[in-house]
Amino acid sequence: MRQYSSLRRNLTGYAFISPFIIGFLGFTLIPMFVSLYMSFTSYNLFTSPRWIGLDNYTKMFFDDPKYWNSVKVTFLYVFIGVPLRLIFALFVAMILNTGSRMVGTYRTLYYLPSIIGGSVAVSIMWRNLFSNEGVINSALTAIGIGPISWFGDPNASLVMLISLSVWQFGSSMLIFLAGLKNISPEMYEAAGVDGANPIRKFFGITLPLLSPIILFNLIMQTIGAFMTFVPAYIISKGEGGPMDGTMLYSLYLFRQAFMFNNMGYASAMAWIMLIMIGILTVAVFLTSKFWVFYESEGGK
Amino acid sequence: MVWRNVKWPIYHLFVAALALLMLYPVLWMLFSSFKESRTIFVTAESLFPTEWIWSNYADGWKGAGGRPFMDYITNSLVIVIISTIGAVLSSSLIAFGFARLNFKGRNFWFSLMMLTLMLPHDVVLVPQYIIFTKLGWLNTILPIVVPTFFGMPFFIFLMVQFIRTIPKELDEAATIDGCNKFRLYVQIIMPLIKSSLATAAIFSFYWRWEDLLGPVLYLNSPDKYTVSMALKMFLDSESASNWGAMFAMSIVSLVPVVAVFFIFQKQIVQGMSTSGLKG
Repeated sequence: MRQYSSLRRNLTGYAFISPFIIGFLGFTLIPMFVSLYMSFTSYNLFTSPRWIGLDNYTKMFFDDPKYWNSVKVTFLYVFIGVPLRLIFALFVAMILNTGSRMVGTYRTLYYLPSIIGGSVAVSIMWRNLFSNEGVINSALTAIGIGPISWFGDPNASLVMLISLSVWQFGSSMLIFLAGLKNISPEMYEAAGVDGANPIRKFFGITLPLLSPIILFNLIMQTIGAFMTFVPAYIISKGEGGPMDGTMLYSLYLFRQAFMFNNMGYASAMAWIMLIMIGILTVAVFLTSKFWVFYESEGGK
Repeated sequence: MVWRNVKWPIYHLFVAALALLMLYPVLWMLFSSFKESRTIFVTAESLFPTEWIWSNYADGWKGAGGRPFMDYITNSLVIVIISTIGAVLSSSLIAFGFARLNFKGRNFWFSLMMLTLMLPHDVVLVPQYIIFTKLGWLNTILPIVVPTFFGMPFFIFLMVQFIRTIPKELDEAATIDGCNKFRLYVQIIMPLIKSSLATAAIFSFYWRWEDLLGPVLYLNSPDKYTVSMALKMFLDSESASNWGAMFAMSIVSLVPVVAVFFIFQKQIVQGMSTSGLKG
C-alpha cells in the first residue's frame, strides 16, 4: 500500500513537470548532441553530413582570421560594455536611493530604454543617431571633437554598439536599487559617528554589502552580452561591418550557418562559445570568494 | 544651512536632466517621425519639427514589401497571443510540480532547469533549425510558438519562487476536503499566483513582440512577416530614404510596448528586481 502511494506520488510529480522534461529533451538536450556531432562534420543542409573530424576546429583556430576577429570584437564588447553598464547602473541606483517621492517616476524614466531596448526600432534609431549628419556628430562638432565616421571606422562602430548596451542599464539598476534598500541606514550613521567620509562609506559599507548582487548582475549580464545579436545585425544591416568592426560572435555564427550554409562550422563555433561562457562563469565564481561578502558568514 | 535649502532642487535638477538625456534618443525619433524626410538630418540637432508632417504615418501605414503595416501587426499579435498562452499555462503547471509536489528526482530536474537558464541559445540554434526544417515547419509560426508550450525556465523559476510564499496548510486543508492535485493547482494555487502569471505574460509579450531572430530564421514570405521584420524591410529599402515613414512605423511598433510598460509598471519593476534576467 505504501509503495503504491509513493509510486503514485512520483507519477503525479512527473505528470506535472512532464512538459519541461519533453521540451528539455526535444529542444535542448537532443539538439545539443546533434550540434556536437555536426561540429565534426561538413554539412550544408542539402547533402548529408560528412564526417571530417576536427577540421572545423582546426580551421577555426588556425585558418580563419575572421573568426578571431569576431572573438576579439565580442571580448571588447563584453569586457568594456558590461563593467560600464554595471557602474552606470550602480551610480544611478545610488542617486535614486533617497526618500524623495519622485523616485518612482525617475526609476520609470531610467528603466524605459531597457524595456524597449531589444526591439528593431531602437537599433534603427541608434543607427540614425550616429549617422554622418546625425545628432551625435552634430554634438561632437559643436564641442570641437567630431564629426566621427561611425560607419567607416571599425573601432568607432564598436563604440556605437557598446554605447547602446550601456544605455540599457535599467534592469541591473533595479536590482541594485532593491539591494541598496536592504542596507540599513544605521550602518551609515554608525560609520558617520566614527568619522567616515562618503567615499569610505561607499567602499566600506555599500560595495561589500552589495557584492553578492554585483556577482549576480555580472554573471547574468556577461552571458547576455555574449549572445548579443539584434543590435549588431540591424546596425550593420546584417553585414557585421565596417571591416567586421561589429561582427559579434553570434552574428558571425549566424552568417556561417544561415548565409553560407556551413552548419558544421557554426556548430563548432557554438560549442566553443559554450565552453568560453562556462570557463568565464566558473572563473567569476572562483574569484568571487575573494570579493563577495556574505553577511551570514559574519565577515570575510 | 543654505546647503539644506538648495540641496533638493539641485538634486532634482540633476536627476531630471540625466533622465532627459537618457530619453533624448527616443524623443528624437518621435519628433523626427513628424519631420519631412528630406529635413530629418539637415535639422538633426533641433528636436522639434518646424512643420508637423503627419503623412509619414499614412505613408508608413501603407507598409513595406507590398503589404499594409496592419498585416504585420496582426501576424505579430497572433504569435504573441499563442506563445504567451503557451508559456504561462505550461510554466505554471511545471512550477506547481516543482514547488508543491514531492517526488524522486525533483531537485535534479530543478537544477537542470536552472542550468538551461544560463545556456547560450546559439548552441541549439542550428540543430533546432534543422529539426524544424525536417518537420516541414519552415515558413510557419510553429517553430516560434510550439516550444513555448513546454515551459519557459525563466517563468518557471519566477512562479516557483512565488508559490513558495503561499502557506502549505492551504494545500493540506484542500486535500482533506478531497481535492486532487490537479484541482488544487487550478482552483487554489492558480488564482493565488495571478500576479506572477501576469508578470510572465508581460515579459512573454515583450520577448515575442521584439523578437527578430525567430522570424528571420523561420518566416520567409512577407505575408507571414512580423512587425520586427517589417521594420527591417524598411531599413533594407533605405535607398528610397523614406526616413519619415520608417521612423513613424518604428514609433508605432513601440506604442504597445510603452503602453504595457506604463499600465503594468509596478508588476514589471517587481518582476525585474527579483530576477533581473532581461535587458
